[in-house]
Amino acid sequence: MITINKRIYNGRMRSNAVFLVLSTLAAVFGLIWLALILSSLFYNGFSGLSLKIFTEMTPPPGQDGGLANAIFGSVVMSLIAVAAGTPIGLLAGTYLAEYGRYSKVSDVVRFINDILLSAPSILIGLFVYVVVVATTHTFSGWAGAAALTVIVIPVVVRTTENMLLLVPNGLREAAAALGAPRSKIITLVTWRAARAGIVTGILLAVARISGETAPLLLTVLSNQFWSTHLGGPIASLPVMIYNFAMSPYEDWHKLAWAGALLITIAVLSLSIVARLLESSKKQ
Amino acid sequence: MVDIALNTAMSVADIKAKAVKRGGAGDARFKAISFAAAALIVILFGGMMAAIAGGALVSIQSSGWSFLTSQAWNPVTDKFGALASIYGTLITSFLAMGLAVPVGIGIAIFLTEICPLPLRRPIGIAIELLAGIPSIVYGIWGLFTFAPYFQEHVQPWIVDACADIPILQDILAGPPYGIGIFTASFILAIMIIPFISAVTRDVFDTVPGQLKESAYALGCTTSEVVWNVVLPFSRTGVVGGAMLALGRALGETMAVTFVIGNSHRIHGSVFSPGTTISATIANEFTESVGDVYHSALIEEGLILFFISFVVLACAQIMLRILHKRAGGVSA
Repeated sequence: MITINKRIYNGRMRSNAVFLVLSTLAAVFGLIWLALILSSLFYNGFSGLSLKIFTEMTPPPGQDGGLANAIFGSVVMSLIAVAAGTPIGLLAGTYLAEYGRYSKVSDVVRFINDILLSAPSILIGLFVYVVVVATTHTFSGWAGAAALTVIVIPVVVRTTENMLLLVPNGLREAAAALGAPRSKIITLVTWRAARAGIVTGILLAVARISGETAPLLLTVLSNQFWSTHLGGPIASLPVMIYNFAMSPYEDWHKLAWAGALLITIAVLSLSIVARLLESSKKQ
Repeated sequence: MVDIALNTAMSVADIKAKAVKRGGAGDARFKAISFAAAALIVILFGGMMAAIAGGALVSIQSSGWSFLTSQAWNPVTDKFGALASIYGTLITSFLAMGLAVPVGIGIAIFLTEICPLPLRRPIGIAIELLAGIPSIVYGIWGLFTFAPYFQEHVQPWIVDACADIPILQDILAGPPYGIGIFTASFILAIMIIPFISAVTRDVFDTVPGQLKESAYALGCTTSEVVWNVVLPFSRTGVVGGAMLALGRALGETMAVTFVIGNSHRIHGSVFSPGTTISATIANEFTESVGDVYHSALIEEGLILFFISFVVLACAQIMLRILHKRAGGVSA
């Protein structure tokens, strides 16, 4: 016959219940704040959203206007950054996963890449300021794109390496047995096998840079007008949001909310697409 | 016969060698290019350190060590000290961590042990998505929604309630501005909660199922399994994830700049305005006039670089230790 010590048993059950309630409360607490932020973002953002946002320039205080120049600047700089950062990140990730998988050098590169991945973005802004802006003596769209490129590279490296490591070695061996040289194995077999994952990484990189404010603040400044001249200051959404939110004008605040909503929607949809790609790969 | 056979064998070997050589040239080039790309990452990092240090040189020569110990911030006389910014950076980050770590880990425990199975994936995905929302969104929410509400409805009440309690009356005092160190820390905490829970949940997932199942089979309660099996196994990973979040909090700019108040003075009260390194740089960099002022801001960046480098390096090392061990167990 088994005797149960009721006192100990009840104590354990009680502490378990307390523990469960506390963790559940933590989850509820965290999710409530996040829900509050999102709901006030959508509430304030939608009231400022209209077609004008996409067709008109940023207004002087007191007048009507949109964010067309800022949206354009953000898109252009992000595209340049992705176009420049993707090949570098892809090749570096390939080196880490294919050529130097077990080498000491790769360990160092991996370590530094992971630190760059989470390095404060304002430091990247300072870096590009010293290297580009201070030497060319002008704030420019190019400098902003360079700063965003430095942010894109580590993201692409990390995902590329992870995705290539998932490719089964049998594929590589089969290609090698057919006589394919290493570079052909990589470009024609492993890259193809990991394509969905690599694209996911690029999408995540775009999501990451589309809301970056600090580096642009230090390298591009901003511009009230429509400008396609990347050699000078141009407008960008995050910096515009920052400037407008800090201003005392009510209608600028509205535009700031609308801009924040646009960025959030862009980031969320990019991450959702990336996630769908990833899960379609797994099946 | 023998001759012919030998000839064929030789020519086959010849063709083979040629083909290998042909492929080999492109091969070597591809390897060199990808190695160069990998090397570029190291160069970028070294360049970043060198560029920031180089930009800070003027200020280092002009202020010396007093830059680290002085609260002065006077662009007119070119006297600069980063103590207030360093203090603000550390205090906001640690206050934020104090709130975000328990809540983040709680969410991770909820997701891995308590949450009903069909809800686990959706809630987990929602949290990961929230971790990706740009910090400027948290910043303007803090400025327009949280700070005014806090100023009107919460802060006066807290100040009154603590007015007669020793110690607390100094820490929680001052006119209700709404913005200040406490507000900045709170926004920071909300921002890193999803990040901590996402990392911690991944780390909890590395705990082998058999370990947990055997503990449950012995009659352990959920809390006992978490405390005695899951946490001991994943301890280094949880600490690593928390330090990763700390690295984020230390360098966070936009969520803080809006609500910190930008005051280069150290106050005892957490309700008073302060500043952080990144907020100082973001606010003053493009408006700074003069070499010393400019360089002083870059030197603040250099300090942030070292602080966050140490924190992030520790985080990476701890996460690596965990993954090595998790790999060892499952293998």
